Amino acid sequence: MRMSVEINGRDYEGDVEPRTLLSDFIRHGAGLTGTKVGCEQGVCGACTVQLDGEPVRSCLMLAVQANGRALRTVEGLSGDGALHPLQRAFHEAHALQCGFCTAGFLMSMEAFLRQHPDAGEEELREALAGNLCRCTGYLGIIEAVEDAARELRGADRPA
Amino acid sequence: MAGASGRGLVKPAPFAYQAPATVDEALRLLGADSAVLAGGQSLVPLLNLRLARPERVVDINGIGELDYISADDGPLRIGAMTRQVALERSELVHRRWPLLHKAVRFVGHAQIRSRGTVGGSVAHADPAAELPAALTALDARFHLRSSGGARTVGPSEFFLGPLYTAREPDELLVEIEVPEQPEGSRSGFAEHARTHGDFATAGAAAVVAPGRVGIALLGAGPVPARAAAAERALAGGAEPREAAALAARDIEDEHRRALLTELARRAIEEAMA
Repeated sequence: MRMSVEINGRDYEGDVEPRTLLSDFIRHGAGLTGTKVGCEQGVCGACTVQLDGEPVRSCLMLAVQANGRALRTVEGLSGDGALHPLQRAFHEAHALQCGFCTAGFLMSMEAFLRQHPDAGEEELREALAGNLCRCTGYLGIIEAVEDAARELRGADRPA
Repeated sequence: MAGASGRGLVKPAPFAYQAPATVDEALRLLGADSAVLAGGQSLVPLLNLRLARPERVVDINGIGELDYISADDGPLRIGAMTRQVALERSELVHRRWPLLHKAVRFVGHAQIRSRGTVGGSVAHADPAAELPAALTALDARFHLRSSGGARTVGPSEFFLGPLYTAREPDELLVEIEVPEQPEGSRSGFAEHARTHGDFATAGAAAVVAPGRVGIALLGAGPVPARAAAAERALAGGAEPREAAALAARDIEDEHRRALLTELARRAIEEAMA
């Protein structure tokens, strides 16, 4: 089937079988390999991208279902080359080790902080439950998201 | 961009894909060889693992007429394609059917609720799912349509076993109707899962109002079931602790019985607080 999707502001077109998963289209069709594929059954969160601003598991959507929609992947976080505050905080707080889960965490948390800029630690821990990390442990990740939340809140305040 | 094919990289077995724009069109496509694709949060994992191999996938995501939450004529009416996140964010639901607001927050994670649908959760009929249990406590009605007609069934007729419902292959669940709750109605929901958002081990939903008590358990048996003995006891003035023990008394496994007794107590106490 012919499909067309906007990813990070750029249009991608392709011919896909209906059974092609969105995660596979993003990586192999569009060549955007920042999105990682882990369990392919919706549990691990590594493949999380944003569909029209909402976080979704790209392994649980067919590519054709994104036809005509707008996606954002981890490549779209650092618009002009500068790291997004979340990415910078992950770097500084040692919130990643192998990095396989990181894109999914970033895309989940970017949406979460946009929707809940004043979230407390408990809410944050609950929001993080949808992404699994097998090596770093979660303390660095929690610290990074809290740091980024503080920075993003500050940026919103009028000078 | 040319060449964006992802050629050869497929996980599910082949299927014919159809994406109708209306309910009538969808009903013409449904049959024994088809699977309905709503939010896909349960069906797509089954496709990826090839545990489900339908010949035809009928994708109802494009059917706008199935996406609504309204209470214009009294009862709450939820279109089957309503996303769980829409239920979670609905001010109307939060105010007048708070049990649904409480329960939906336990469904998977935000990344699941953004796609998962209310109708999909009901039609999938996982005995450990939150919404079927909450809807059972609330005496919901499920509206089914086929090209031959329409019917409406309650939870006890609809949920027949694990992942098994009264929906025929040519039928589509189109609406979930939840009756108006009596004035002064209160609710509680409690569940246990290994981590938040993980599949629940067990849980309990309770609605308590003057003249009405509804208690339903999840993870207690093959279908979400009403705890009739506990309801009667509570209506007759029993303490939450006594009612909770009655709710779980028929469960054989000792751990599960203890767990459900405690969860039922928490749900009932929350509803009576």
